[in-house]
Amino acid sequence: MSAPKTSGSPTIVATGVSVVIEARAIVDDVSIEIRGGELLALVGPNGAGKSTLLSILSGDVRPTRGSVTIAGHDIRSLRHLELARLRSVLTQENQVSFPFTVNEVVEMGRSPWAKTAGRDDDAGAIAAAVRATDIGHLGERRYTSLSGGEKARVSLARVLAQSAGTVFLDEPTAALDLRHQEDVMRTARALAAEGRAVVVVVHDLSLAGAYADRVALIADGRLESTGTPLEVLTAERVERVYGLPVEVIVTNTRPVILPVRGAFPA
Amino acid sequence: MTRTARGVTLSIVLVVALVVAVLLSAMVGQLAVTPAEIVGSLLRAAGVPNDWAPGDQIIESTLWVVRFPRIVMGLAVGAALAVAGSVMQAIFGNPLAEPGVVGVSSGAALGAAAAIVFGVTALGSWNIALFAFVGGLLATLLVYFVSRANGRTEVVTLLLTGIAINAFAGAGLAFLLFAGDTASREQITFWQLGSLNGSLWREVGIVAPIMIVGLVVAVLLGRQYDLLALGERNARHLGVNVEALRVGSIVLVALLTGVAVAFCGIIAFVGLVVPHVIRMAIGPSHRPLIIASAVGGGALISFADLIARTVVPGADLPIGMLTSLIGGPFFFYLLFRQRKRSGGWA
Repeated sequence: MSAPKTSGSPTIVATGVSVVIEARAIVDDVSIEIRGGELLALVGPNGAGKSTLLSILSGDVRPTRGSVTIAGHDIRSLRHLELARLRSVLTQENQVSFPFTVNEVVEMGRSPWAKTAGRDDDAGAIAAAVRATDIGHLGERRYTSLSGGEKARVSLARVLAQSAGTVFLDEPTAALDLRHQEDVMRTARALAAEGRAVVVVVHDLSLAGAYADRVALIADGRLESTGTPLEVLTAERVERVYGLPVEVIVTNTRPVILPVRGAFPA
Repeated sequence: MTRTARGVTLSIVLVVALVVAVLLSAMVGQLAVTPAEIVGSLLRAAGVPNDWAPGDQIIESTLWVVRFPRIVMGLAVGAALAVAGSVMQAIFGNPLAEPGVVGVSSGAALGAAAAIVFGVTALGSWNIALFAFVGGLLATLLVYFVSRANGRTEVVTLLLTGIAINAFAGAGLAFLLFAGDTASREQITFWQLGSLNGSLWREVGIVAPIMIVGLVVAVLLGRQYDLLALGERNARHLGVNVEALRVGSIVLVALLTGVAVAFCGIIAFVGLVVPHVIRMAIGPSHRPLIIASAVGGGALISFADLIARTVVPGADLPIGMLTSLIGGPFFFYLLFRQRKRSGGWA
C-alpha cells in the first residue's frame, strides 16, 4: 500500500480547473495529468498561479470550475484521512508551534497510518526518510532551534515518511544550499523511480531542467506549455514568459538556462 | 535526562505533591485532624471498619461536610483549568493562550452573574453552570475568530482581544453589581476574586464529571493537537479535520472553564503556568502534557487553597488573588525570556 508500483498510470487528473477570486482567474482552465513514476516540475514567474495550482491538485483548494481526481476518486469525495494516505504535501511555510524534537516531527508524518496495516512500515519509512534528507544527526534536537535549511530538510523528511503515492513539493529547495538542493531533487527523482508521482514547484529553471521528466510552464494562470524540459524550456519561450532574455545551453541532453547578463544598460 | 526519565520523575513528583496537598488540606484548619484519622475515616466510608477512624462526630463532619468537598472541588477545578489551558494553547498554537488571560473566564463570570442577578432558576444548580458555559463559549469564539488570520495566531491581536473582552466583561459585571441586590452583589464579588469556600458535594457532582469527560476527550484528541503544531495546512495534509477539531476544542475549553468559573469564580493563570512548566519538563507532546497538566493543576489549586485559608488566621483569602500573585510574575518571566531569545513577540 505504501508505494504503488503502477508506473505510468495517471494518479492525478485535473480537468479544466479554474480558480476565480474577485473576477480574476488565478488559475484559468488548466487540464493536466500526473502519472506514477514521473517527476513533474511546475515552473513559471512569480504570481503565475503555481502554488494555487498545486493547492488545487493536492485537494487544499476547491476549484471554481473543473474537477480533480486522485487514484480514480473525485478528490472532494475523500475524507481527510483517506486523502492523507494518497498524497503528501511539503508547504513553503514550516513553522512548528511547540519545541517538538526532530524525531517527533518526522514521526508525525506516519500519523495517517495509525491503526492501519500501514503502521508496520513506520520504522522503515522513518529511517528511509531520515537517510534521504541527511538529518540523522539532528534527531534529538528541538525543531524550533534549527536553522532554516535544517527545518526545510526535516519537514521534507516528515513528508517522505508519510509514504503517499503522490508527493507535492512546493519550493523544496528555496532555503537550501547548493548541495542540499541537489540532494532534494535527487530524492524527488528516487521517489519517482519507486513509482510515485512527484510534483515539484521550483524557481530554478536549470534545476527543473536537470531533474524533471516533464515540465509544466505556467503563465498568467494558464498552462503555457508542457513536455520534456528540452521541449518546454526554449530560449524563445522563457524569454517571452519571464520578460528576460536568456541563453539555453544543453548539457547531457538537459537544458541549462542562463539570463543574458549585460543585455540591459547597467 | 532523557524525556522518558523526565516523564517518570515528573509523574512521581506530581503524585507526591498531590497526595501531600490533599493530606495537608484535610489536616490543617481551625480543627486539626491527624493523618491517621483521615485515613481511618476514608476506610470506614469505604466499608472497612478500623481503629483509626475518628470517634468524634465533629471531626467526622468537618472532614466530610467541609474539607473533603472543598478538596475534591479544588482538584476538579484545577484540573479543568489546566486542561482548558493546554487545549487552548494547542488550537492557538501559542503558549500564552489561557482562559483567564484572553477573557474566557471573565466571559463565563459575566454569564454566571447574569444568571444570578436576573434570577434564572429553571435548571437549579445547573443554571449558573449553563450560563457560565454560554458566556465562556461566546468569549472563546470571539477570541478565536478575531485573533486568527491565515491559520496563524497573531500574539499581539490575541492579547489585545483578551484586553477588550476583559474590559467588556468587566463593564458587564460592574453593571450587574450596580443593578443587583445585596445578595447578588456579594456573589458577584466572590466570582471576581475566586474562592473554593463553601464548596458542596452537590456542586462537586457537576464539576467533577464534566472535568473527567473533558480530560478524556482532550487526551483522545492529543495526537491531533500534536499535528496541529505543524500549522493548520500541514495538519490537514496529515488527515486532521482541522475545522471539526477547532470547533470541538472551543466547546471543550468553554465547558471546562465555564464549569470551573460557575462554582469557584475566576482563578486565573492556572492554565498558563501549569502546562508551561510541564512542557519544559517533559516536552510538548500533548497526551502526556494534558494528563500531567490535569494532575499538576489539581495539586497547584490544592496548595494555593491551603495557603488561602491558613495564611491569615481565621480568614479565607480569595484563591484567585493568590494564583494571580504567582501568575503575574510568571507572565513577566515568559515575556522576558521570549525577548531575550527572539526580541519579543511580534
